[in-house]
Amino acid sequence: MTSPSTGPKPGPGPAGAPGRGRRPGLRPGAPAGLRTRWWVGWAFAAPALAAYAVFVLWPMVLTAQYSLYQWNGIGPSTWVGLDNYGRVFTDPELLDTILNAIRLIVFFSVIPVLLGLAIAATIRRIAASRLAVVARTVVFVPQVIPLVAAGITWSWLLSSDGLVNQLLSAIGLGGVTRAWLGDLSTALPAVGVIGAWVQLGLCTLLLLAGMSRIDPALYEAARLDGAGPLREFFSVTVPSLRQEIGVCVTVTVISALASFDIIYISTQGGPGNSTMVPGLEIFYQAFSDREIGVASALAVVLMALVLLCVLPVQRLTRERP
Amino acid sequence: MIVGKREAWTGRVFLVLLMAFTIVPFISLFVTALHPSGSYPSGLEWPSEPRWGNFADAFRAAHMGDLLWSSTLIVLGVVPVSLVLATMAGFALGHLRMAGRHLVFLMFVLGLTLPFEGIITPLYYLVRDMGLLNTRWAIILPLIGLFMPFAVYWMRAHFINLPDDLSEAAQLDGANVWQLFWRVHVPLAAPAISSLAILLFLWTWNQFLLAIVLVDDPAKRTMAGALGAFQGQWGTDIPLLCAGSLLILAPTLIVFLIFQRRFVSALLQGSVKG
Repeated sequence: MTSPSTGPKPGPGPAGAPGRGRRPGLRPGAPAGLRTRWWVGWAFAAPALAAYAVFVLWPMVLTAQYSLYQWNGIGPSTWVGLDNYGRVFTDPELLDTILNAIRLIVFFSVIPVLLGLAIAATIRRIAASRLAVVARTVVFVPQVIPLVAAGITWSWLLSSDGLVNQLLSAIGLGGVTRAWLGDLSTALPAVGVIGAWVQLGLCTLLLLAGMSRIDPALYEAARLDGAGPLREFFSVTVPSLRQEIGVCVTVTVISALASFDIIYISTQGGPGNSTMVPGLEIFYQAFSDREIGVASALAVVLMALVLLCVLPVQRLTRERP
Repeated sequence: MIVGKREAWTGRVFLVLLMAFTIVPFISLFVTALHPSGSYPSGLEWPSEPRWGNFADAFRAAHMGDLLWSSTLIVLGVVPVSLVLATMAGFALGHLRMAGRHLVFLMFVLGLTLPFEGIITPLYYLVRDMGLLNTRWAIILPLIGLFMPFAVYWMRAHFINLPDDLSEAAQLDGANVWQLFWRVHVPLAAPAISSLAILLFLWTWNQFLLAIVLVDDPAKRTMAGALGAFQGQWGTDIPLLCAGSLLILAPTLIVFLIFQRRFVSALLQGSVKG
């Protein structure tokens, strides 16, 4: 993620001084310790830049361009100005996809981070035990398998004959059983549960790793001051984990807003439009409905939305020097 | 630190619950896969006669052999090239520190949060115009570009912490930058490169969106992309679908279990840096 030093400002020392370029290594205090010609660094960076420019930057420009036209992908295109954006924000079918993505943040991000914090705090003291070492491997599995496989697995668990309903009946809640992914009112939370399952292990382990770096003296001091486990959690653990929490939130929020695989497999956006998210809507608009302009406008909005959510988190949770 | 007995026990209970929550879905998938093909078993029920043959059927139905080969080709196309490009660029930005590096770095950082869906539409037309649609190149080439922001970011983080003296000493010995890079810096960067290799392998193998958009033939897709097609074809035969899903997620699982330590630390570091 962006770090404070990423801005295009001159590096330490007299790096920004005029006359640099030819042999920066000769000047004492210059940032580079290498005597190279100015173009050597560019030559090393060029292949990566080229790949990035052709397959990422240029398509980004094209997306912005497409979003201003009406085009079916084959025939001639017509300039429509910002009309496609107007549709994204007024057509309920399109606007709902954005709202759904924001609702998914609760499941993909808020629940895993809060639950991860609680679990990590509980298992912190036995983090070095044998059981915890095994658990480290086990809880990582959802991160390693394809999201598509997670989608198929959970479609089965949440189906009417699936394990979830079996368990509910076993504890006397047979009345609430249903096809969770096929019910208008439960489909979105059900998809959210899949996301929470995928993210929980990663969040727990990241937070646990962060906790192991907290100075034990802080805890001892809190104990001496008579703080109970709860007080200790809020006054020592959470503040010390600001950076880790920021990382968890960033990663999971992006996965919620840009969700595609899980939903494509488990609900295809249905029933109705109840689980439709921007990623999937872009896919349908561009490749089934052949509305390239609308798809591109939604894509631009999605990219902006991700930045809009991620940048404040980065700003808030970054370690202050 | 003294660990309270009660605290340790609640910790263990939580750990076991967390592991159960993670594993039970797979167990359900596994026992379901053993039921007679085409039947409708309930969620967690050991079959009267386990049909181990379902795995063989699913292996044939999913054309697993072709899929493994295809995914391997794609990984071989993406990962080594990405590693070389990113290491060179990371070296330039972090160690050679050429003029204008801040701008270049900022451009890469810009791509870190990019959702692939954001550029999938133009990517389709770009790849089509290159005549590469429905070939593995349609997945390989865009993925290299899409991995650059993270990969360059990762390698730069390694090189920026390297002391300058190292290169100065080597340069006194008369090595030029190219030799210096390959003989001194690449070997030193091996741990960072291998962690990056693990992450890129995983992300390539599991790539779904590019596979379903850019390649129609499931046999030329990644494993994850093929699973989508498999579900479309066999979605109603639940035991077979479960068996197929297990087979398709098995390769990453096996690789993960072999290299688990590296994986866990790479993934943890990967998300911290990303």
